[in-house]
Amino acid sequence: MSDAYKGYREPAVSILKENNVRVWSDVVMETKRGTFTGIILPRSETADAYHIVLKLKNGYNVGIAIENIINIKEISYKEAHYKIPEKDFPYDPQKPRVKLLGTGGTIASRLDYRTGAVIPAFSPGELYGSVPELADICNLETEKLYAVFSENMGPEQWTRTAEAIGEEIHKGVQGIVIGHGTDVMHHTSAILSFMVQDPPIPIVMVGSQRSSDRPSSDAALNLIHAVKTAAESDIAEVLVSMFGPTSDQYGLLHRGTRVRKMHSSYRSTFRTIGDIPLAMVDREKITVLRSDYKKRRDDRNVIINTNFEQKVSIVYYYPNMQPDIIYSLIDNGYRGIVIAGTGLGHVNKPLYPALKRAQNEGIAVYMTVQTLWGYVQMYVYETGREMMELGVIPAANMLPEVAYVKLSWALGQTKDLDKVKDIMLKPVAGEITDREPYNGYLIYQGGIPEVEAFLRTIKR
Amino acid sequence: MSNYFKAFEEMTEQDYAGLGLRAGLEIHQQLDTALKLFCRCPAGRYSEDYDAEILRHMRPTLSELGEYDGTALMEYKTKKEIIYQIKHESVCTYEMDDTPPFKINQQALDIALEIAILLNYKLVSEIHIARKQYLDGSIPTGFQRTTIVGIDGWIPFQKRKIGLIQLGLEEDACREVSDIGHQRVYLTDRLGMPLIEIVTRPDMHTPQEVAAVANILRWSVRSTGKVRRGIGAARQDVNVSITGGTRVEIKGVHRIPLIPLLIYNEASRQFSLLKIRDELHKRGINSKTMHARVKEVTHLLGDTLWDPIRRALKRNEKIYCVNLKGFRGILNYPTQTGKVFSGEISERVRVIACLTRLPNILTSESGEETIDSYIWGKIAKVVHADMNDAQILVWGNEKDVKTAFEEIIIRAREATEGIPGETRQALADGTNGFERILPGPDRMYPDTDLPPLDISEERIKQLENLVPKSLWEREKSYRKMGIPKHLIIPIASSPRANLFEELCARTTVPPVRIARLLFEKTVHWQRRGLSVERLSDEKWQLIFDCIEKQPVLLEKVEDIIEQFLKKEDAHLEMLLKKYIPARIDKVQIRKVIESLIKNEIPVLSSVEKMQRYIMGKTMQNCRGHISGEIIHELVNEILNSVGVENE
Repeated sequence: MSDAYKGYREPAVSILKENNVRVWSDVVMETKRGTFTGIILPRSETADAYHIVLKLKNGYNVGIAIENIINIKEISYKEAHYKIPEKDFPYDPQKPRVKLLGTGGTIASRLDYRTGAVIPAFSPGELYGSVPELADICNLETEKLYAVFSENMGPEQWTRTAEAIGEEIHKGVQGIVIGHGTDVMHHTSAILSFMVQDPPIPIVMVGSQRSSDRPSSDAALNLIHAVKTAAESDIAEVLVSMFGPTSDQYGLLHRGTRVRKMHSSYRSTFRTIGDIPLAMVDREKITVLRSDYKKRRDDRNVIINTNFEQKVSIVYYYPNMQPDIIYSLIDNGYRGIVIAGTGLGHVNKPLYPALKRAQNEGIAVYMTVQTLWGYVQMYVYETGREMMELGVIPAANMLPEVAYVKLSWALGQTKDLDKVKDIMLKPVAGEITDREPYNGYLIYQGGIPEVEAFLRTIKR
Repeated sequence: MSNYFKAFEEMTEQDYAGLGLRAGLEIHQQLDTALKLFCRCPAGRYSEDYDAEILRHMRPTLSELGEYDGTALMEYKTKKEIIYQIKHESVCTYEMDDTPPFKINQQALDIALEIAILLNYKLVSEIHIARKQYLDGSIPTGFQRTTIVGIDGWIPFQKRKIGLIQLGLEEDACREVSDIGHQRVYLTDRLGMPLIEIVTRPDMHTPQEVAAVANILRWSVRSTGKVRRGIGAARQDVNVSITGGTRVEIKGVHRIPLIPLLIYNEASRQFSLLKIRDELHKRGINSKTMHARVKEVTHLLGDTLWDPIRRALKRNEKIYCVNLKGFRGILNYPTQTGKVFSGEISERVRVIACLTRLPNILTSESGEETIDSYIWGKIAKVVHADMNDAQILVWGNEKDVKTAFEEIIIRAREATEGIPGETRQALADGTNGFERILPGPDRMYPDTDLPPLDISEERIKQLENLVPKSLWEREKSYRKMGIPKHLIIPIASSPRANLFEELCARTTVPPVRIARLLFEKTVHWQRRGLSVERLSDEKWQLIFDCIEKQPVLLEKVEDIIEQFLKKEDAHLEMLLKKYIPARIDKVQIRKVIESLIKNEIPVLSSVEKMQRYIMGKTMQNCRGHISGEIIHELVNEILNSVGVENE
């Protein structure tokens, strides 16, 4: 019964009942402001309970205040069935096998114009209908692992994904693509780089910044790039494949441990921090930008290690931070703390006693930099040296989020803090780099004549 | 075959009724707001130069039926690269579809509601923003955010009512810079500006009525004073169909006076296309029996001197011939004034196959000197053509020319069915050209980035007070007041109309004089380069207050205003005060006149001259504080009384 009034609550639902109409009824509605004709649509759960939504014949939706309704008459009724007719994804024995794992987010969709619903397209047949170019690249299989919003992603999902990857590698696929929300894509790409070591094939994470129902969406191109990389590239690492510039020109392949989402909404939001990306990818080719990556192999070996200690926290230092924050972490049983410190990796003196206590109670404390770019260097200033005496370990140029997942992973494997330190400071998948080239940090300011002149000449 | 459509000037209402003409109007009008509709960029900053360029492509979205609809398929075929030219001061990351929308501009919403109330629409209680998809690239997101604030409005027209289907509030699109081959370039300055869209029912009976209704709507929205003026601020589209025809939308009508000719030409085009269909059926050709053969003929044209093909060969392009069985004479059939059916084919080739260099086809029925008839003969052999057939040559690069000859066959098949549903472009000569396949049912779906917005009763009540009197009410009352005909519409459609009516009501100055001052003299002054904007409502109130106190001011008021306008720092109040009378009254003037006559009067040859002399001197003394008539009266009286007779 509740579905007949989907989303409508009191007092609106009573109006519907009194007039013997329900969601999907085609009605004539007499109101104090005139007569409206259309189909009653479901009400969004976050909208108020004082309006009824009609889809008019001209395609527009309008809301009518229930206080203005005189009566409603049903002319006909046709329930909505979101059934998508499917085509089969073409099979070509010459083409490589690629597996697409779904974790959430919509990489492709269809629209039901009658109701206005956006329906996710995920099965190979649905994807083929939406992005037919995929069939030119590979034979695609899809599997939905789970469907969570980005913010609800966590160790449970990461573990399941890592295990699924392991299974697929053993089954012999030539590449894996993981559809994922963009907000925590870099967290997932980092933890998967640790949980899935030395894969023989590319594992490419992909998402879309703009919803895939839009003609302008980056979804299709990102998917094409990711599938192409999984099928053809010889980079056997965990990668993130998203737009390079905001123009539809090329995507970038970023190493999973050095990539970060740098803007809340821009298509070009993902960037490699402190280094250059691994490659550029477009519809025709993959152009590697460097040669120091793990190459594709024919064997099916991979190391899956899904250990994870939940009691680890990131602490983002700010001036006037009080030690009680750290105490409360300690009192709540946290085993590891990653500090995102200011400058070269600093916090204020009032925190020292808390750090001391952490050291005494065997809690692993690592330092990273809030500035994201640059190395932690705690020898330069007295503060740094003092902190190292208190057991804070500099994490070189590991990004704060990467250090967080790695520490969780390390502490999941051993309680011995020396062993943890070995794990932390020995790069597994490029999360710490030996050197930062000049072109690892390129943030140019707008408005400067030479920069504006540059922008005018390139279409990006 | 004869085309016995009457000439434009000779068509009557009965003729159009006989054709079953249905014509509707769509008006887009920019609103005069400070900012754009869904972001905080300034509205109305136009410029041809730009700071950066962004490249995008548009992908169609599948419908629930698992198909791409006609427009989507068409745009997909053209595979255009879209370049957006952006200027930092007029667009932000919202326009470039890199940031979600901000809350809707409330000023724009208020203006839209006001206009909806003015035009008798039924208002909705809650605004739902929708996404309307466009694949031509004119909006970077690929859809326009749009909403409606009211339905079922109307305006009176010649004893009937013209229905207005809906009033929409939506964002404006980019301005096209160029569309050549596979690249389309847009300027983004206009993108995102608030627009209202008024759609009429096809209740107009003749093309001239459509133009008249367009004017009424234009003047009505102007009377609010809250819409933008200037080039491109208001655009109109017309929808046309005739009995047996198809509803065709003609977009981008440049000027309202061009509307009648455009509608006539479209009706004529549809009439001709139906005749073509009937003729083809008579010949036994329908969509099933139609036969076309395509062959490459590049090798046959090596020696041709005809420029377009010669150049194509130089570019290493391929040339194909399409033979349409039984189509003889069809390609030359007149469709619009100065156009024939083959033009429809050329347009399809240009838009869909992106062969934009014209001419892009050559037909066997072309009248001009083109290819040798000997070569035509060879071509005809290759495609197995006979006397009853028609041939079309098309040339281009390998990919595009294939799309081209496929489109030629598609259009030819459509000719056997009737009139294809299309969106067409209005051209400056009153004819129209193909723009795109008419989209399927509105490609609209809810915009989930923004929540629905409640329109409260209080808000509507407040706005109702701001809504001006309707155009037609004002026209009626001004006619009664005796306002000169040529001033009625300018006043009725002016935001100053309220001021005008108020002044008529509270002063004794004849309305005609007020009308001429406010609406005629100001135009005159403006033409002379004076800054009439300085004459605000308050200034006018002041002027008429002073005239009420001192009616004689009316004679001087134009001079005073001119003085005020000529000097930047002039004070209107002070200038007016100079004319407000001191205590001079008739008694004093008598004394002045009498003393003049006694003491100063020279010997003058006639009474008239004496009168004038005395008047002049008196006026000087009184500094014009009293009306000349009164002084004239007094002078006469006194002269008479001292025995000087008038002649």
